[in-house]
Amino acid sequence: MAERKLARLFDVRRVIGGLFVVYGVIVTLIGVLDGPSELEKAQGVRINLWMGLGMLAVGLLMLLWLRLNPPKEPKPEPEAEQPVRED
Amino acid sequence: MTGLRLDVGFVDYLILAIYFVTVLGVGFAARRAITSSADFFLSGRSMPAWVTGLAFISANLGALEIVGMAANGAQYGLMTLHYYWIGAVPAMVFLGIVMMPFYYGSKVRSVPEFLRLRFNRPTHLFNAASFAVAQVLIAGVNLYALALILQALLGWQLWTSIVVGAVIVLAYIVLGGLSAAIYNEVLQFFVIIAGLLPITIIGLVKVGGIDGLFEKVRQGPLGEAGLHTWSNTGGTDNPLGASWIGIVFGLGFVLSFGYWTTNFAEVQRALSAKDMSAARRTPIIGAFPKLLIPAVTVIPGLIALVTVQGLGAPEGDLTYNNAIPLLMRDLLPNGVLGVAVTGLVASFMAGMAANVSGFNTVFTYDIWQTYVRKDRDDAYYVRVGRVATVAGIVVGIGTAFIAAGFDNIMNYIQALFSLFNAPLFATFIVGMFWKRMSAWAGFWSLLLGFLAAFALYIAHLTEVVKFNSDLEQSFWGAGLAFVTAVVVALVITPFTPGKRDDELQGLVYGMGGMTAGDTVAADRVWWRNPVLLGVVAVVLAIALYIPVW
Repeated sequence: MAERKLARLFDVRRVIGGLFVVYGVIVTLIGVLDGPSELEKAQGVRINLWMGLGMLAVGLLMLLWLRLNPPKEPKPEPEAEQPVRED
Repeated sequence: MTGLRLDVGFVDYLILAIYFVTVLGVGFAARRAITSSADFFLSGRSMPAWVTGLAFISANLGALEIVGMAANGAQYGLMTLHYYWIGAVPAMVFLGIVMMPFYYGSKVRSVPEFLRLRFNRPTHLFNAASFAVAQVLIAGVNLYALALILQALLGWQLWTSIVVGAVIVLAYIVLGGLSAAIYNEVLQFFVIIAGLLPITIIGLVKVGGIDGLFEKVRQGPLGEAGLHTWSNTGGTDNPLGASWIGIVFGLGFVLSFGYWTTNFAEVQRALSAKDMSAARRTPIIGAFPKLLIPAVTVIPGLIALVTVQGLGAPEGDLTYNNAIPLLMRDLLPNGVLGVAVTGLVASFMAGMAANVSGFNTVFTYDIWQTYVRKDRDDAYYVRVGRVATVAGIVVGIGTAFIAAGFDNIMNYIQALFSLFNAPLFATFIVGMFWKRMSAWAGFWSLLLGFLAAFALYIAHLTEVVKFNSDLEQSFWGAGLAFVTAVVVALVITPFTPGKRDDELQGLVYGMGGMTAGDTVAADRVWWRNPVLLGVVAVVLAIALYIPVW
């Protein structure tokens, strides 16, 4: 049971998803607050806003994928080197 | 604005700090999952193909590669694309389709171990030792390059940067072994892309799209030649100074097949896959992103060429190597700037982690367990692996200062590759397809091939033999090593005893090895067929060439 929990927590999709959601939120917020000087530097592109939303979307997709297709016991995804145990 | 110093703010440091915390967290999580040496060194052979595939490409996507390829883009124009489309993709596909069945099927834990089974112990020891040394040297180069970038961009002391970088890589590998390295590599892949993409987007907006970029390149120092890949390769009158023969055989065949198919730091990612099918798909899945990576390396190189005044100076801040850092300085506002700095730092750590995890595996399994302390319990070898990691990184810090003595570190790396990988590839390819090749022929091929390339390198350094460029030297060095190794194999084999058929099962073409039981039912669907995926990757590489012929 402990291993199953660990395998779930340890899935790489959760790590990528978590990091990108956090980055997405931070960068999107910066993007909303960007003033004229930032916009001028970025050639008028609201780059923080767009990259922030993009990273947020990637992060959420990773988490969604994890939810729709969680690591299974019989055919373990990352981690869980032990074959099925009777628990 | 003077120098390369970036205008980093609190947010940018926050983004970098979050990354470090995440990376260390992965190390701690992986530590709890490690119960055997196979877990530590091979991730328990449990990784799905998309994870190992992205780790495979990430292990190569060190910052040297990114910074170096952008520099080449600015210097040579679109001919740099050859490094990707003919230099990497065909070799990766070949590894997946032809060679992986031998590697994964023979259940070896490392590339040197394959040599021990196919040839003999001296071959094995020579390769294991030279690989271990090369990995530590290259880890030092990555560390030094990381420190240089942090010093230039953030104003950190060289010493501080080297120690911070080393400590973080050390922490997550000692804790989590290859699992932590692979997980972080996959994470790094996404961060690197997220960090580089804004440079391409804003850069293209600035120069008026891809048409505007090409128009400006045409009027610049490279001219029309900078926008073509194959035209004028009948001779050497092109930016790269190489004919199509050099590109196809030197770069496409000897150098890149040598690198991608025998470099254990790469192959190890595929060996950690959960089954044969996933192992074979690993390099092929990696080939697809590899096709598109030029969009965030070569294109920014060209953008830097046409937007940064005076780029291409022989020294100072305006060298080609600084193309990406200069664009970061000029184009990225705080926020995406932090992501880009994180991506660059991440990619150095990816390169270094790949070297270190390759080193500790080969040291523990191939040197310590095989020649020094046999038959200890498994936990003992996990401990040895952890100690080897610490030692490797400490020595790496030392070699970082050796690397500081070379003015062009990219050429230093290329020279190392042509010395070690080309003779190894020749020995492998003959040994895999010619079952008569004897054990001692393997040893002498490897040794004399290495010595031939080494002699040519020394002749080049002392200017006894003159080459147009270091690049040309590495091509000839690799070619010479390859030919020497093949000839030696052909000459020595008739005079030495071959191996018995039963010793070669699963190691040589036509001697069995791939058992049908390795394929799970779910993997027989067409989109998981390695051959089909490989063919698609090669066709795409050819198709991508058409607009820039």
